[in-house]
Parts: sequence; C-alpha cells; structure tokens
Amino acid sequence: MKDERTLGEVLLAKGVSRRGFMKYCSATASLLALPPAMVPRIASALESARRPSVIWLSFQECTGCTESLTRSSSPTLEGLIFDSISLDYHHTLQAASGDAAEAARHAAMEENRGEYLVLVDGSIPLGNPGYSTIAGISNVDMLKETVADAAAVISVGSCAAFGGIPGANPNPTGAVAVNELVKDMPVVNLPGCPPIPTVITAVLAQFLTFGQLPDLDHYGRPRAFFGQTIHDRCYRRPFYEQGRFAETFDDEGARLGWCLYKLGCRGPITYNACATVKWNQGTSFPIESGHPCLGCSEPGFWDEGGFYQPISTARIGGGTALGTAVAAGAAIGAAAAAMSRRRQAKTIKEG
Amino acid sequence: MSATHPFGAGPRGNIDPILNEVMHALDRLLTDNESTAIDLSSLPFGPGEIEELEEQLGIGEIKAELDALGKSLIRETIYPGVWWLEHRNTDGETAGRYIEITRVPEILKAQDADIGAGLKQLNRRLEPVGDAAVT
Repeated sequence: MKDERTLGEVLLAKGVSRRGFMKYCSATASLLALPPAMVPRIASALESARRPSVIWLSFQECTGCTESLTRSSSPTLEGLIFDSISLDYHHTLQAASGDAAEAARHAAMEENRGEYLVLVDGSIPLGNPGYSTIAGISNVDMLKETVADAAAVISVGSCAAFGGIPGANPNPTGAVAVNELVKDMPVVNLPGCPPIPTVITAVLAQFLTFGQLPDLDHYGRPRAFFGQTIHDRCYRRPFYEQGRFAETFDDEGARLGWCLYKLGCRGPITYNACATVKWNQGTSFPIESGHPCLGCSEPGFWDEGGFYQPISTARIGGGTALGTAVAAGAAIGAAAAAMSRRRQAKTIKEG
Repeated sequence: MSATHPFGAGPRGNIDPILNEVMHALDRLLTDNESTAIDLSSLPFGPGEIEELEEQLGIGEIKAELDALGKSLIRETIYPGVWWLEHRNTDGETAGRYIEITRVPEILKAQDADIGAGLKQLNRRLEPVGDAAVT
C-alpha cells in the first residue's frame, strides 16, 4: 500500500529528536558531498519529502552489491535512508516469495506509476533468456516490464552498469548492461565490484532530498563520487611524484607504503571515491591495505590485462614503456605540485 | 601497516592545509561572526593522519556527548571557538567527522521542535493540577 507519510513524520514516529534529525541531515550532506552549510536546506527538504517506492531487481549477479549495502547493520544513519524509502521488492531481503513477491512488484508499479525507482544489480543475458529467470520470467522481460513506468533506473554494481564479470570475455551468456536495454529514461550507473554502499545511499538521498538525480559523467556515473581518479585523491600519490615505487609485495618500498603503480595499481585510470569515502565504515581502502586498485568501477575492468601488471605494460607492452610512463608521471606530478604551491603562495599573498 | 610519509618527520600531507583553513575561519568568526564547518570525510587522509590532526588540535575546556541516533562527541579544542565533532551510529561506528569553527555548535542548542515536545510532555504531567498547566 502506498505510504503517504513524509520523512519527517516517519522519523518522528520513530522517536527521533530534532537533534537526531539534524545529525541525520549532516550525514546526508556529507553523503552528497555537499558543504555543511547546506544542512538547513537539506533538513527543510527532507522534512517534507515523501518516501519513494523502490523496486530492486537482481539478475546475473553474486549478491555482493546487496551484501555491500547491508553490511552496515541497522539502525544506522545510512539505514535510516533505507527507512526513508519504501523498498517494495527485493528477492534477497523480502519475506514474500513466489506469486506473493511478484504481486508486490506489480502493486508497487501500479500504485506509484511514473514515480518509483528501479534499482538493478546484475547483468542481463541476451544469448539465451533461459540462462537467468525469476518466477519463470526472463531477466530481459522483467526489466522491460518493470522500468516501463519508472521515474529512473539505477544500475548498482559493475555488472548492471557495464556487464561486469558475466560480460567478460568470452561472455558466454551474452550479458549486457542495463543501459544497453533501457534507452528512454535516466539510467544512473553506480559501478564497483561491489559499489561503495555510501554511494548507493547518497544517490537515493539526493533523489529523496531534491527530487532529482545527480549530475553524471560520460559513463552515467555521479560526478560527486566519480569525478576524480583514485590516484588524484590517494595519500600515496606523493610517492608517485617522487618516483618511489614498491617493486614487489614484500620489498622495502611495500613496507614503507610507497606507490603501488608498478604492482599494477589502476588508480590513475579509475574514477571512484574509495580514497576518501573508504570501506568498512571508513576504515581503509585497498591501497591503504597494501593492494593495488583493480579498477573495478571502470568498464571492462576484468578484460584489461593482468591485475598485477603496470597499466603502461598492460596496455603498451614492454618495460621501456613502463619506465617512460613512470618518469612522465613523476615529472607531471612535480610540475603540478609546484603549480599548486605557487597558487597557494599567491592566495596567501592576496589574502 | 604504517606508512612513512614523503614529507618527512614534519607535519603530514593534510595537517598544515587544514590548520591554515581553521586559522582563516577563526579569523572570520572573530571579525565577521561567520561560522565555518569542515567535513573531514571529503579529504583523503593517510593512515594515522586524522589522529594526528586531532592531536594537533588538542582537547580544550568543554566536552559534550549527544545521544541521538547513536552517540556524538562534541568537544572544544585548545583553540576556543574550534570544535571537534564526531557523529557515531548506534553501533558506535564513525558516521561523520567535522571541525566546526563557531561559538557554539548548532547541534548542542535545544531545538524549537524538541522544546515544544518537552513543553507538551510537561503540560500532560501537570494536567491533574489544572491551572498550573501552560497552554
């Protein structure tokens, strides 16, 4: 049944105080990468926001995306964002099954025509629709039927966004991404294997707060999270600029936390927010744990050569190319650092 | 694993820029009465850097704990007007860290909605007394 309550009413019913609500709004601003000065505006918008209906479809996937999202145990601030939507259909999380589950999906579509969000994890097999079915319905048919009256579609994870591992060479099921099938409505891609849970909740929060989807890059990814490379925000970048690299996983450079570029780090060509948002409630991210970035939020990451080959070697081949790329990287880094220092000095002088 | 920072033994990557930002914000608070908040979750901190920043700002005269949707720790640093705020969820996990440069963080002030709810509750409690209740 359609829930007409505003978020303010939902939170009030849960006994959340105004201070708690302000805290929730601060977390939401942080999620949306908005300055804290926006908190009052977010509070005002959220108070009167109505809970959108969400239908979550899981196709050729490993459930890692749902795992990622549900890792933060309820009730958390992120959990509250999920309280503030009406999750009307999700195979893994809902209690209903079989006909009752499908009836819930149809009811949500009917009652929220033109207003509901469809979240999809997993790719869609076109080689033989029988490779993946739900309640006897092929993934492609279920997707087309469900998105018909949706407000927007959000592709959660690299499989839904780009085909992911099911779509990797030789792609035995003929897997395709959601945006290869859905062309006539907004599709937001939230790639990652899995995607950062905060990024998923942030997009939902933005829709809830401002009634609109975020600005997207050329791959349909929200710029707020995918606007910069891992390398841009990596705390090990100064080592790259100084030409200090770990050569193996157990050498002196690795122990000193030097740059992992030569061990295959895809940070320079991977757009994602891992270096700032981090994982496991902000504990760390792969590079901080001593492992190169695999580039899992980029299209075709699975087919981009060996994970432990430097990107210059993987793409160009040969040690000379690597040497050139590293030297060029160090030179560019040094120049950028010098420019930044000059800019800073100028600002201070003018200030 | 602890990483040696390329900037050597001195202040590490993010510390000095943030302390500079705090200094300018404090100046604006004093001269223009303008408050500033810095969301630390948007910055790329290396291992141990947050703790070092926290240490550099130190612990001042006031500490407060808010219990709403999990604990929040609010304390003034050794620089009056500079506050360290840490929001945690109900599992005690950090949900946000901020430096606020303001006279009193907004979240510490009693909010009108809560004051109204408290007033109603007090009224209900005093109802049997009759005339004493505020309407």
